Amino acid sequence: MTAETPTLTPTASQPLDLPAGSRPITPMQKVIHFLSRGIVQFVMVVVALFWLMPIAGLLITSIRDPQLYGVSGWWNAITAPSQLTLENYANLIGDASLIESVLATFYIAIPATVLPVFLAAMAGYALALIDFKGRDALFLVVIGMLVVPLQMALIPAFTLFRTLGLSGLPSIWLFHTAFGLPLAIFLMRNYFAGLPPSLIEAARIDGASEWTIFRKIILPLGYPAIAALTIFQFTWAWNDLLVALVFATDQQPITLFLRDRLGEFSSGIGVISPGVFLSAIVPLIIFFAFQKYFEAGLLGGSVK
Amino acid sequence: MTAATGTAKSKDKRIWLALAFAGPALLIMGGLVVWPAIKTVIDSFYDAAGRNFVGIDNYVDIFRFQRMQIAIRNSLIWVVVFPVVVTTVGLVLAVLSERVKWRTAFRLILFMPAAVAILSSGIIWRIMYDTDPNLGSINAVINLSASLVNPEGALTGAAPSGEVAVLDDNGLMLPVEVGSDGGAARIGLLRILETDLPEDAAPAIEPALEAGSVTGVVWRDTKPGENEQGVVEDGEFGIPEVTVQLRSGDEVVGDAVTEADGSFVISGVEPGTYQAVVPPDEFGEPWPGIAWLGPDLITLGAVIAGVWIWGGFALLVIASGLAALPRELQEAARVDGATELQVFRRITLPLLAPVLGVVFVTLTINALKMFDLIIGIAPGSVQDDANVIALEMWRTAFTGLGNRGLGSAIAVFLFVLIIPVMAFNIRRFRLEEERR
Repeated sequence: MTAETPTLTPTASQPLDLPAGSRPITPMQKVIHFLSRGIVQFVMVVVALFWLMPIAGLLITSIRDPQLYGVSGWWNAITAPSQLTLENYANLIGDASLIESVLATFYIAIPATVLPVFLAAMAGYALALIDFKGRDALFLVVIGMLVVPLQMALIPAFTLFRTLGLSGLPSIWLFHTAFGLPLAIFLMRNYFAGLPPSLIEAARIDGASEWTIFRKIILPLGYPAIAALTIFQFTWAWNDLLVALVFATDQQPITLFLRDRLGEFSSGIGVISPGVFLSAIVPLIIFFAFQKYFEAGLLGGSVK
Repeated sequence: MTAATGTAKSKDKRIWLALAFAGPALLIMGGLVVWPAIKTVIDSFYDAAGRNFVGIDNYVDIFRFQRMQIAIRNSLIWVVVFPVVVTTVGLVLAVLSERVKWRTAFRLILFMPAAVAILSSGIIWRIMYDTDPNLGSINAVINLSASLVNPEGALTGAAPSGEVAVLDDNGLMLPVEVGSDGGAARIGLLRILETDLPEDAAPAIEPALEAGSVTGVVWRDTKPGENEQGVVEDGEFGIPEVTVQLRSGDEVVGDAVTEADGSFVISGVEPGTYQAVVPPDEFGEPWPGIAWLGPDLITLGAVIAGVWIWGGFALLVIASGLAALPRELQEAARVDGATELQVFRRITLPLLAPVLGVVFVTLTINALKMFDLIIGIAPGSVQDDANVIALEMWRTAFTGLGNRGLGSAIAVFLFVLIIPVMAFNIRRFRLEEERR
């Protein structure tokens, strides 16, 4: 930390080449400093390897002859590349149920993202920039809803959807929207509240309608927050299992596809491991492509 | 905030404007969050089908059913262990990663699991946790580190050749007659793969008698083609580095370690009858591995997988908190001669407390809502042992016959556990608003 952070302005009594606050450095201290750096590097490498190992293990298992699972460990393939095969993936692509479930995951996740993000942007605009009676109370209610667990609504929502004749995709969209909204509104409102009020004032004085202000000023200015929220909500809907377990009917997302195959784990590994990889690849691509927004979304979502 | 802090009348007008914008969101949240939550509370006082009022019976049942008791116990373990461990790991790694140049890559690697479905992470760890150290990476790593400290027996799986020597829990025993010209011990072994022989193993040599000594050989008593047991033949290899003891009754008279050709000499031996013994640890059975996915360790195993999933999140939040800290105080303390540890404990840590609080609260909620991870990681036979409250709620309400009343009561129970956390969140929000 000392070596990299900018130091204090040097004073006459403190020569430039010494880190701030240090007394004269003895050779012994230099050795200790060097050793401790080496130890830190070593620990970090070990930790990084520990984090990478399960991902490497999954990837290799997914391209390894499934007959070998239960015979030898995946790492044997590193020295014996002949164990590797693309057959698992070839079989999966031939398996209509997997392709259907990947598609179903998109059908679920896209509306379950667009709907709450758009509605939250509108609600956030109202809560941040329209001065109305009971605004603060309403916002507190939204914050209170942030930590209501999904479980509190599952049973009545299930009955309600049945009464309304809704099932499958629309019920999943609506449920994801309902439980995505509190956080989405919270983030949107806070972001909009930080925008310069003079901009909106100027537009209002110029006679722009609230809808025009929202569309032409707020949405473009809110782009970073909206992007982060979109990525967060999409990943959340893509990775969901519980909502799909309760509400999905014929369109089953990939998490359900995987869950249904866990009963025969060892014999099904030739389907399960590439399936896990396919379920992970979409959020991972989004993660690496939109890293900045992804992190911002997740940090914001930490209240969820 | 805006200049439109007008009269009460214009505020009333703006309510309709606000409703036009916030209405759709409020409608959906009202219909699918607020109303169902209230209905769930009501349902929790009714029977399985939701027809008859049963008072607090469902809440009594929560603590009476065994499956639920295990779930509560496990959720308690999650709440007590998981947030502390993950926050600590995140804090330590955030501080350490500030000291290396590749910190961005490091944080990226650790954050990756957060993008993946928790169910998938559970499945990944189920693969990692295979008990057999030849199949499961975690046990393989433990086995590898253990064998560096305490090597596995060189003769694992071996059996004595001929009918004189006996192998049991006390090791291999071979009677040796020592006369005036000394004695010989031929310890032949079978069931050792040629590839398992140490690289420096040399061809075995028939021991030559030596007065006052026991000379002997430990060798692989087999070779390609014809061979006779109990006889050292050309093409058979000695086994180096094997400890051999000479015993008279229970007393150890002497010991030796075999050379590359398997030969050994124990000198200073009086004539008489002895036992040549190869101690049992030379025949050590291979390590069976830790049963991570067994009923006793499954919750611990799942918590470790949870650290892997959420460690990067904690690291990232704490690292950005660290980066935002004012450096002046720390530098000033260093100028005053404080050690790095003092700076960290007295200055960095207190300044970081709000960030650590956010991470801790988030992880506590995650611990209580744990669901997908258990389904993914626990084999069907140990799902009951790995059970947690959120999972039991779904199982009670939506699997089997489906008990709506009890399921609702479990959901309310879960919510009640989360309410203190919610109170913390609202208080934090209020404090932030006041600071604005």
